[in-house]
Amino acid sequence: RKMAAIVRLLLARAAVSGSSARLARAAMSPTARRSVAHFTFVPEPEPDPAQYGPTQKMNLFQSITSGLDNVLANDPTAVIFGEDVAFGGVFRCTVGLRDKYGKERVFNTPLCEQGIVGFGIGIAVTGATAIAEIQFADYIFPAFDQIVNEAAKYRYRSGNLFDCGSLTIRAPWGCVGHGSLYHSQCPEAFFSHIPGVKVVIPRSPIQAKGLLLSCIQDKNPCIFFEPKILYRAAVEQVPVEAYQIPLSQAEILEEGNDVTLVAWGTQVHVMREVASMAQEKLGVSCEVIDLKTILPWDSETVCKSVVKTGRLLISHEAPMTGGFAAEISSTVQEECFLHLEAPISRVCGYDTPFPHIFEPFYIPDKWKCFDAVRIMINY
Amino acid sequence: FTAVRSEKRRSGGSRRAPNPRAARRGRRRAGHTAKMAAVIRRLGGKWSGCVVRAQLRLPLAAARRALATGHAVHQQQFTSLDEKPQFPGASAEFVDRLEFIQPNVISGIPIYRVMDRQGQIMNPDEDPKLPKEMVLKFYQKMTLLNTMDRILYESQRQGRISFYMTNYGEEGTHIGSAAALEPNDLVFGQYREAGVLMYRGFPLELFMAQCYASARDVGKGRQMPVHYGSRDLHFVTISSPLATQMPQAVGAAYAYKVSQEDRAVICYFGEGAASEGDAHAGFNFSATLECPIIFFCRNNGYAISTPTHEQYRGDGIAARGPGYGIISIRVDGNDVFAVYNATKEARRRAVAENQPFLIEAMTYRIGHHSTSDDSSAYRSVDEVNYWDKQDHPISRLRHYMVNKGWWDEEQEKAWRKQSRKRVMEAFEEAERALKPKLDHMFSDVYEETPVRLQKQQEGLQRHLKMYGEHYPTDHFEKPTHYSAEGMPHS
Repeated sequence: RKMAAIVRLLLARAAVSGSSARLARAAMSPTARRSVAHFTFVPEPEPDPAQYGPTQKMNLFQSITSGLDNVLANDPTAVIFGEDVAFGGVFRCTVGLRDKYGKERVFNTPLCEQGIVGFGIGIAVTGATAIAEIQFADYIFPAFDQIVNEAAKYRYRSGNLFDCGSLTIRAPWGCVGHGSLYHSQCPEAFFSHIPGVKVVIPRSPIQAKGLLLSCIQDKNPCIFFEPKILYRAAVEQVPVEAYQIPLSQAEILEEGNDVTLVAWGTQVHVMREVASMAQEKLGVSCEVIDLKTILPWDSETVCKSVVKTGRLLISHEAPMTGGFAAEISSTVQEECFLHLEAPISRVCGYDTPFPHIFEPFYIPDKWKCFDAVRIMINY
Repeated sequence: FTAVRSEKRRSGGSRRAPNPRAARRGRRRAGHTAKMAAVIRRLGGKWSGCVVRAQLRLPLAAARRALATGHAVHQQQFTSLDEKPQFPGASAEFVDRLEFIQPNVISGIPIYRVMDRQGQIMNPDEDPKLPKEMVLKFYQKMTLLNTMDRILYESQRQGRISFYMTNYGEEGTHIGSAAALEPNDLVFGQYREAGVLMYRGFPLELFMAQCYASARDVGKGRQMPVHYGSRDLHFVTISSPLATQMPQAVGAAYAYKVSQEDRAVICYFGEGAASEGDAHAGFNFSATLECPIIFFCRNNGYAISTPTHEQYRGDGIAARGPGYGIISIRVDGNDVFAVYNATKEARRRAVAENQPFLIEAMTYRIGHHSTSDDSSAYRSVDEVNYWDKQDHPISRLRHYMVNKGWWDEEQEKAWRKQSRKRVMEAFEEAERALKPKLDHMFSDVYEETPVRLQKQQEGLQRHLKMYGEHYPTDHFEKPTHYSAEGMPHS
């Protein structure tokens, strides 16, 4: 798994810049190269230095490291653990932290996900801050019992005598071009059905750091999914000091009047592109919303937008059936029935396992989303 | 390796044999590697260092592995006689004969015992010589638990509570171990350790309140009976999923180690639960992360109907400990002093040395698994009677006390009467009490109450306004008036 991650890391770079592609060529057979990403990352405006202090150019994995660094510096109880985090992590999110804060605070665990989450719950029960890493979201399932039956229910079942609110579980998430069945999954819908946990997914380095710090501060167990394809691909100016972005608040990235587009993670960037394609090719004005928090989600922002536009498209990489788009769709239909002018459209992964060579055909890319907008407008 | 060799060895580095593929990469990238080594040394713990490395366009792992060749053991000429294995995964000698390791299940790990079935101390050196008051407390807590078990078991049979699990035959394991702990040592349990709470002074009223889910229940009536918890007494709330508490207990112990609190964690579980993956996780994490924890296994011979020979084929649970590098012992669970001694020493060493200990207490589950189980379906009455009449932790301690002249028939009668009266009083109070207010169905899911959940709560309130007559609202405390800021906790 570690080797696979390192290989993938090389490949992820290949998709990003020419010089790293050189390295990928050196390391991999030429047939393994991918040339085009399915999205374009556009950096956000630099945060106001007056408000957030100095910024630094960071990619997403660096912004995660920066956030973890802030936490370890300010919270003496905080510890980081998981498989291979000591040397910096297979995606480099914890580079340098062990040297800086010591091996008791940043350490490797045995290779056992149920152990990692159970152990993290135990740390949190004593009130200390536990930041657990699951190497890939695909491997979080062995810990499902500890998350669903234990972490989520700790406070409720004890009558608030005990809780594990200071636990955060981080995991690389989402497709990466060639991750196949077990390095591509988006399991957020599995967790959206669990009262007691929070599920958060950022779209960019600035968002990642602010949302991660909110998760770590939050007094409930949080699962933080990091879009691994953005680890290197997404670069922008990120504040060096700690800051927070509130949970359970969606964000309207682009105002529009004709259609509401909702997504999270990498898919937000796909949606932004779809919005400009729709404007350009169809003259359709799209409102783009990043949901950010899957649970508990911000239905108010989404419903308000749909009341205005009358149309909704939700898109996620995860399979359609039982995906979180179903929950959004059903809620919006209930809340905005009189305002809907077309059926709510869901553009998602197919109901298959995530394939290797067929990935370009599998993902809900901009063309599939664009076509859904076209059909919706003509309904 | 010239470039690599020229790197100064870091003192105290692990001596790892190089992985040949990494070594080849190392040769290919020797120039890079030297640069990388300098960068890695320069890092100085600044996280921004990863920016520098990222620009080097070299995967860190490969670089690190190439560097590791700097620690490679020098090539030497060995004869086959003095050749030593160099594998990183184990420290062992070669053997030149094929021989499989046989498990030793016929003559297993011996069972440590302090007193015999007549309450006689067998080896005076092992007598903990506990003062009379303490031994009386042991006895009274064990018998009080036994009295409470009888009354609550009957209560369930009469349909007054929904469920119950007795502790018959295992009272000695609870009391003996609890007495050997410090009062603020954190306890994680399975569900058959009520004696630990009893020893720590959990009031009968609260045991009853939990089983009846009355408004007095500190758990707010949300869990099934016998799922006790107490923050004040450092007893983590019980949950039904088996063995989940094991890796959790290890995490808590790790946190105590890091914060340098002089505290241990004890984690109880049955021999059936030890088959769960979480048990494996807990044992292994505790050893590699060097945690001050005592694993306390109650091996009572059955997991519901499943006898131990269908649960495992090794030498019980104690024999697994050394496989994880855990110091282990097996004790007579019906001998409260043996349990006390083992726990006391394990506790002392676990905290002093930051390492885990495993105690397997051999007992017998005299009662049914729970009120939902009739154990006569899978074991003989004679078997149960043997343990109840011939080898019981309570009767054994009574023999000891009588031998000492600390207890007699008169005191026994008086105590039985008194304990029964106390249990009945608490029982009646719990039975009369109202149930918690309905607000408690919605609070504590999260620390705060999410908007959607508030709406669901309001929905129920509206529903009850119209259809309240169809619900048992009279049995519940009146709801707190709902406020927009969220629900007041009480």
